[in-house]
Amino acid sequence: MALLEINNLHASIEDKEILKGLSLSVNAGEVHAIMGPNGSGKSTLSYVLSGKPDYEVTEGTATLDGVDLLELEADARAAAGLFLAFQYPVEVPGVATMTFLRTALNAQRRARGEDELSTPDFLRIVKEKAAHLGISQDMLRRGVNVGFSGGEKKRNEILQMALLEPKVAILDETDSGLDIDALKIVSEGVNSLRSKDRAMVVITHYQRLLDHIVPDFVHVMHKGRIVRSGGKELALELEASGYAAYGQDAA
Amino acid sequence: MPAVQETVDQVRSLDVDQYKYGFVTDIESEKAPKGLSEDTVRYISAKKNEPEWMLEWRLDAYRRWLTMEEPTWARVSYPKIDFQDYYYYAQPKKRPQSLDEIDPEILATYDKLGIPLREREALLGIENPSRPIAVDAVFDSVSVATTFKAELAKQGVIFCSISEAIREHPELVKQYLGSVVPVSDNFYATLNTAVFSDGSFVYIPKGVRCPMELSTYFRINERNTGQFERTLIIADEGAYVSYLEGCTAPQRDENQLHAAVVELVALKDAEIKYSTVQNWYPGDKDGKGGIYNFVTKRGDCRGDNSKISWTQVETGSAITWKYPSCILRGDNSQGEFYSIAISNGFQQVDSGTKMIHLGKNTSSRIISKGIAAGRSENTYRGQVTAHRRATNSRNFTNCDSLLIGDKCGAHTVPYIEAKNSSAVFEHEATTSKISEDQLFYCLQRGLSPEEAVALIVNGFVKDVLQQLPMEFAVEAQKLISVSLEGSVG
Repeated sequence: MALLEINNLHASIEDKEILKGLSLSVNAGEVHAIMGPNGSGKSTLSYVLSGKPDYEVTEGTATLDGVDLLELEADARAAAGLFLAFQYPVEVPGVATMTFLRTALNAQRRARGEDELSTPDFLRIVKEKAAHLGISQDMLRRGVNVGFSGGEKKRNEILQMALLEPKVAILDETDSGLDIDALKIVSEGVNSLRSKDRAMVVITHYQRLLDHIVPDFVHVMHKGRIVRSGGKELALELEASGYAAYGQDAA
Repeated sequence: MPAVQETVDQVRSLDVDQYKYGFVTDIESEKAPKGLSEDTVRYISAKKNEPEWMLEWRLDAYRRWLTMEEPTWARVSYPKIDFQDYYYYAQPKKRPQSLDEIDPEILATYDKLGIPLREREALLGIENPSRPIAVDAVFDSVSVATTFKAELAKQGVIFCSISEAIREHPELVKQYLGSVVPVSDNFYATLNTAVFSDGSFVYIPKGVRCPMELSTYFRINERNTGQFERTLIIADEGAYVSYLEGCTAPQRDENQLHAAVVELVALKDAEIKYSTVQNWYPGDKDGKGGIYNFVTKRGDCRGDNSKISWTQVETGSAITWKYPSCILRGDNSQGEFYSIAISNGFQQVDSGTKMIHLGKNTSSRIISKGIAAGRSENTYRGQVTAHRRATNSRNFTNCDSLLIGDKCGAHTVPYIEAKNSSAVFEHEATTSKISEDQLFYCLQRGLSPEEAVALIVNGFVKDVLQQLPMEFAVEAQKLISVSLEGSVG
């Protein structure tokens, strides 16, 4: 069985079916890109997998390393190794980023029956990973995402991913709102986290992100289902032809 | 179930039902006859062996009280209180002569509450023994023990029950009692003046920096008993004191009445820091029972360059009616009010402050954080005024409200009045909700719903928590988490 195995997944929000029988297998070490026109259900897929309230799964299965994700609460899914880099990271005023990172990491370690990290160990690890992403100590002291620029927010997402070391990471439109320099930093961060034990699902509307994070496979999503799969050249083809074939113009 | 809904449900079931201080101590007590009359007032005064002038003061208050009306302007509603249905005085039967003679049941109660009365235990129980805390413990109507008295006396600091002060230091009491909150100040303060039973008295002499934190712990135990404590703190010229107050009560079906008066006097160059953690029983999940908390707290910055700072963490009581205030009389005097008010279940909070600028170059600062959950109502009510001669007075007010769930309410009622054109008053207010998105973001990072709410709320109240003395800040943070978290085990 693949590391992330999704089978015939149906999901609705407020009785409107968005995912209509989606299947996808992602093996450890692979990076899959999911592309598709607006409204095809890409973000919904990321929310359904990570357990956002209000989404109801009506049929199908999703497992991570053999664990039934759909049976777990959102926090337990995170502890099981699922990470979602948000398209719009949320602000948590008054909570220092450093405190947030530490609470999250220790919560996951506790859930997995591991010891909490000591303060010096934690600080050392964060410092090292933050430096790698060009995140300053000042940013770590500020409230989570409060007053962060678009690029800072996305870098903060990648820092969390680096720290939490998930088995499966879903990146939802990580390129949105980034200028080319920020895109490079974020992509380098993501690439450095590629490993033979980890799988990534990169959701994007545009091909430009895939110049930097080169996928092993590309899938086209349309009307809640994967309608076409191929290698990285599929992204280039879509870039040229747009999503017109799927009933929508390339934006 | 959506995370927010679930959290709200957990909050609802937990805080109100699992009040951990809700036990009753079984001790014999001696009570005044039920109800309120001149005889009750005489009974209390006689019990305390008070001098004639004190009795006259009380009777005067009682007569004035009879002519007064219960205030109704606060945003709280409750059935009319039958003041004849309460006991106005209860004391443990065995009166201790020294700490060694205190009823073991009472000692056990305070141990359970985490208040070590015996000095040895106090020393052992405190992380940093070089800064011990002196405690005055008030059980129902009487003060049962004051620790570290001898040590404080060496510095000239007087820390004792108000009853003892009336007997031992009448000149100080006569000079200051009622000088900040006058006899007929308001309905509840006047009632308190007539029937107050005990409370703490503190006098810090000129130029003395009180060597330890002073603390009073209030506990209402008896059924149908009102607690009317009176606290008077005087910081003489150049003195400094930090004072902490904590309160709990057993879980009772009836509403218990609490109407305290606290008066602070800061003379020239003096500073008083007064912190409260109020955790009276809030009532059960259906809104039954709980403490009615009608409190008058006021500080008078009487001398130039004096400073009074109020910090409160309010998590308990069915009804809270409380406005710790500062009269900024001395030139260059400063007043501060830092507040965290959490309401849950069916609690109703109407709390805030008054900053009365009378002197020149006076400044005040108000930081208020209200958190409403369950079906509670949480109101900030604040008044800032500058009088004609208060040139260059300054105020900064920031009140933020946080809503958890959709059945609670948060309200902000500021009154701002400047009669001097040089006054600069700033007012900021926000109301926000813990959003589904915030919770989901935290959950996706592995935090449990309870951890997520606690983290968000702690972030929200951070500015105020920082104002509390270290020992209390930790306790307050725990209390906030317990008040709003789901599972604690």
